Amino acid sequence: MSNESFEPLLIAFCCQYCSYSAADLAGSMRLQYPTNVRIVRTPCTGRLEVEFFMKAFEKGADGILVAGCLEGGCHFTEGNLLAKGRVGYTQGFLSECGLEAQRIRMINISAAQARPLVEHINEMLATLKSIGPSPLKRVNQPKNAEMNV
Amino acid sequence: MIVAQRKSIPELIDILKGQKKILVLGCGTCVTVCLAGGEREVSINASALRIASRLKNLSFEIEELTIERQCDNIFIEKAAEAITRNDVVLSFGCGAGVQAIAERYNKPVYAGLDTEFIGILEERATWTEKCIACGKCVLHEYGGICPITRCAKHMLNGPCGGSREDRCEVRADRPCAWQLIYQRLKDIGELDRLKTVKAPKNWSASIHGGSRVIIREDHRI
Repeated sequence: MSNESFEPLLIAFCCQYCSYSAADLAGSMRLQYPTNVRIVRTPCTGRLEVEFFMKAFEKGADGILVAGCLEGGCHFTEGNLLAKGRVGYTQGFLSECGLEAQRIRMINISAAQARPLVEHINEMLATLKSIGPSPLKRVNQPKNAEMNV
Repeated sequence: MIVAQRKSIPELIDILKGQKKILVLGCGTCVTVCLAGGEREVSINASALRIASRLKNLSFEIEELTIERQCDNIFIEKAAEAITRNDVVLSFGCGAGVQAIAERYNKPVYAGLDTEFIGILEERATWTEKCIACGKCVLHEYGGICPITRCAKHMLNGPCGGSREDRCEVRADRPCAWQLIYQRLKDIGELDRLKTVKAPKNWSASIHGGSRVIIREDHRI
């Protein structure tokens, strides 16, 4: 698959108190972002575990965007700071497995920042296009891989 | 509790190379608490191994299971079926857990963790060593601070004189154990304990005397 025709599958884990509302606002504002991002609403990014990220990659995600509240603005005080650490930890794991660490990224967004959210999504998709599809797509898929597009 | 750390994925791949059906077996006790070998870590490492296996064409078939305790027969039995249907076990228990499984099943059992020490959770996500299980506890002499574990020179008659501003001269990121001992004994009014020179320790009660066994005859039938 050439990188030009490649449409990455991006999973965006969005905190319901900020980036999920920002995504909603982006819709109200008629801002467009590509359809190949799958938004998963989470109660707080602090709920996200490293295993969620690893399972997403295992099942065919090309990249993961974790969108939490601005630092200092978490509804649960420090959930976004926990997520930041877990994203960093996952990057180390990915490198050890042979996947690029840039495939996962954490951003901080407030509920009012619809336009920056769209920009972050587009930036992440551009990064994924530049590094190409997940190498897991080139090798045998296990029977339970469910997120192939 | 026993504190352990995970081995890196390349290390695990090196250990597992050539194997096919692998049981990644977690332990729900000490290594769960120190975030090294519980259900969550088993899931993360199993995913990582599956990814690495696909990328390196290693054809691992990985099953995950976590039992309550790997060092106890009653709990090990619950893993019997899973162990039987796999070729090897990658244990995410401590060294005792790995050996307990290996002694009971006639198949390869590999350590997925590096067992580090007996310690406590000092602060969030920070574990520190408190005991080396020397077999003859002297904590009562030192205000509850172990000079064998926490002094880099294991001095029973300290301090060594090398500490700088209450920091250990061997590891500047750690406090001088003897500074802590002095302060603690002073606080609890037992400074007199330091007036006696302690005799050299008999290390035969420790691992230097060979593998240790404790038998409680009153509990045996």
